[in-house]
Amino acid sequence: MCRLLAVTSKELQSPMLAVRALDVMREGHDGSGVGLFLSDLGGPFEDLKGVPILSGIFTKGGLERLDGFMTESGFKIKYEIFIKVPKTPPPGVPKRDTYLIRAYEYPESWKGLSETEKHHGLMLTRLKLRQMGEENEEMIVFSFWPDVIMIKEIGDPLTVAEYLNLDREELYARVIMAQGRQNTNYAINLYACHPFFIQGVATMTNGENTAFVPIREFLMSRGFPGYVGYQSDSEVFTHILHYTLTRLKLGIEAYKHVITPLRDEDLEQHPNGRFLKHLKRTCRRLIIDGPNCVMGCLPDKTLFLVQDRKKLRPGVVGGRPGLYAISSEMCGLDAVVPDRDRSKDFQPMYLDTAFIRPDRQEVHICRQTEELPLPH
Amino acid sequence: MSSNGRITPSSLSIKDLPWQIHWDKERCSLCGRCTAVCPVHAIELGVHRLRLVQTTLGLKEAPSNVYGVYYGIRQKTDPAHACVGCGMCNLVCPNDCIIPYRSDEADKLRYHIDRGGQPRRRGGRRNVPANILDRIKFIRISMLTDPALDAGRHEFELRTLLGRVLPPEENLKLLREEGWIPPVREIYPLIIGSMSFGALSPTMWEGLQMGVAYLNEELGMPVRMCTGEGGCPPRLLRSRFLKYVILQIASGYFGWDEIIHALPEMKEDPCAIEIKYGQGAKPGDGGLLMWHKVNKLIASIRGVPPRVSLPSPPTHQTKYSIEESVAKMIQSMYMAWGFRVPVYPKISGTSTALAVLNNLTRNPYAAALAIDGEDGGTGAAYNVSMDHMGHPIASNIRDCYLNLVKLGRQNEIPLFAAGGVGKHGNLAANAASLIMLGASGVQIGKYLMQAAAGCLGSESDRCNICNIGLCPKGITSQDPRLYRRLDPEEVAERVVDVFLSFDTELRKIVAPLGRSTSLPIGMSDAIGIDDQAAAERLQIKYVV
Repeated sequence: MCRLLAVTSKELQSPMLAVRALDVMREGHDGSGVGLFLSDLGGPFEDLKGVPILSGIFTKGGLERLDGFMTESGFKIKYEIFIKVPKTPPPGVPKRDTYLIRAYEYPESWKGLSETEKHHGLMLTRLKLRQMGEENEEMIVFSFWPDVIMIKEIGDPLTVAEYLNLDREELYARVIMAQGRQNTNYAINLYACHPFFIQGVATMTNGENTAFVPIREFLMSRGFPGYVGYQSDSEVFTHILHYTLTRLKLGIEAYKHVITPLRDEDLEQHPNGRFLKHLKRTCRRLIIDGPNCVMGCLPDKTLFLVQDRKKLRPGVVGGRPGLYAISSEMCGLDAVVPDRDRSKDFQPMYLDTAFIRPDRQEVHICRQTEELPLPH
Repeated sequence: MSSNGRITPSSLSIKDLPWQIHWDKERCSLCGRCTAVCPVHAIELGVHRLRLVQTTLGLKEAPSNVYGVYYGIRQKTDPAHACVGCGMCNLVCPNDCIIPYRSDEADKLRYHIDRGGQPRRRGGRRNVPANILDRIKFIRISMLTDPALDAGRHEFELRTLLGRVLPPEENLKLLREEGWIPPVREIYPLIIGSMSFGALSPTMWEGLQMGVAYLNEELGMPVRMCTGEGGCPPRLLRSRFLKYVILQIASGYFGWDEIIHALPEMKEDPCAIEIKYGQGAKPGDGGLLMWHKVNKLIASIRGVPPRVSLPSPPTHQTKYSIEESVAKMIQSMYMAWGFRVPVYPKISGTSTALAVLNNLTRNPYAAALAIDGEDGGTGAAYNVSMDHMGHPIASNIRDCYLNLVKLGRQNEIPLFAAGGVGKHGNLAANAASLIMLGASGVQIGKYLMQAAAGCLGSESDRCNICNIGLCPKGITSQDPRLYRRLDPEEVAERVVDVFLSFDTELRKIVAPLGRSTSLPIGMSDAIGIDDQAAAERLQIKYVV
């Protein structure tokens, strides 16, 4: 079972804060990989909020191909961080040429495009790069999106973080999600490492997704180019959330109604019963059935946590105004926010969605049996 | 027959028959129950001549013969009275002295069963016991990486949807705009398939209906039953129980006069309308109710004169193309109930099923597609149709499901699978296999006759005389002397037993796979088979 940690903070925080918390929970992961999602960035990216940032791993040849493709597409480099690493990686960590984080300026030809069109273009560019990279394994691209940096690598989280020297101010962020991977089912592949990302939506999960195949079939048949990949059965959680937000135009409160709908008897009593019945029927193919704890970040930087229908995984949320964390285990939370009122810690159960809005003032709990804020 | 007697081509000996009656003279009490109960009069009282050699001690008297008689059973060899192996004689025998045995080689009767130029007709299923569904295993067991669920204690919701399910975006948009959304029923995934009032005896039908009502009203299991092509008793049409009934319309339109007339008086809408275009047991052939079973009651419900055979045409005569069938027939049925009742076609398994499905996907009114595979049962059909026509259900349903996946419409048109489900008694395992191959639910008929009413028929050609109204258990007979053997209350009890035990077994299958809150439709990663070609064909794992 993987270990997860998400932090949202008014002050900028080092990614090491999350990595150290993962290390506290190390009994729960086997150090087979780490994934980081950083958003609401500080440092040099503070002033680059609107421009897309590319995160990935490249060989020398891959970097050349990247430059060639991006120049051809009209993207201009605005800022970049090359993570320089010692010549010999620690045991268990593969040797790579370049870890790259690079901000681009939109192509001239994109001027006048709407936000949605730009977002679509960014996703297609990322997919194209990923596809190019898969041809001869020269590029691994995690994200290409404004105000988002992602780093993933195989190995023990703390070792990898120290090796990559992640405690650098350029990488400080206000929203950090980290996963310590427990490799259970598939060969280690960086595209199978959490968190997963699509158009501003990021999630990470622990537990296997037993309904993976039918859900994957549903998503892949939506005709949406971004619903691909699925090296991990958990990637569908990200895409279901994206589908809920962008295609169904519903809020985070509805996410749980899609993946773990209420029983029919409960729907009869629900103030939005009719709506939810239709949602349940039509989204039946998206019902997850596994033991899963899903943490994620929405495009507006809201952090959230939901549990499966039977609440078979651990997960706790707590903190104080200005600094909140969601963690697989209490000790992870203690490591991030030791000075909090523990009596307010909350472990969401099978009906709850816990979320922290970007103002970071409180933890909101929304129960599935409550009325939904529906768009009119 | 004497050794120099005349024989005809169709002179058969007991050895030539598929079933041979073994009778034990020592234990027989000559009560006569076996001869009375035999549905085909295969046995009769036999007066047998007996020669006894009498010898005495000494040489005074020469040894001699005494000719005597003894009474017992004689098995007839006339094809019309060949034993069908039902074993009713054994059931009624107080001393267990009589039992039919299957011949040790292929019988010769099969070559002579077409006397008068009339090929064999019978009831039952394809006479081939093997079934690929039984070879499918559930291999994705949740172990440590994700905990298996508790079949006994966790909460399960094993329901399925019958009706056209729109894509989520479209459905929510129509909901906002108060537009027409196709009716969808949430039902139990095991459906009692179409067995008509007429094919089944009144007591059997009543028993099924009572069982269904109990399951719904007392146990909260939304089990549905399809009428088959024979109409529906007028009282049921006007009762609240109609909502548990799927009305079938088939090419003979039998019973629809009564249904249409009852429309204004219906308290409830039926669950759905099934348009039968084909049946797995006799693909391309219409329904058949032989005259033996058309008594006054059946005749009046069906709107026909009594004692005539009722062969339905192979197709709906007013329709000459699939577009016609789909567009017009489905829509007119929708219209009859104000667009509140799902209407779906049922076809027999065929290599052209995909063409039908593709047509349905373009029709927003098509509520589902039911496919009945080659192992489906029937009350009456030509033997050649049953044994040699049709398509296996597993690959048919898989192809259809994968085709829907390609179109992005999986589960929007739910697929219902039928035909040989539970053929060897493995009802839940077969049903779960079909569901994981892509079916939204399964229909059963024969299984329920066997489990709820003690049908004796088998794929080794035992009994299988449903067509002539002589069912020794009274399940498919319209003769009160026979159907009174069946107590509807007891049938209802057994129906409930079957569904409850099925439910437990289904949980025992899906819980270890880590599934509980939604039916694992298309969860093909969970199943495997020990045959490479079958695995490839079904796109599931090959396991040895």
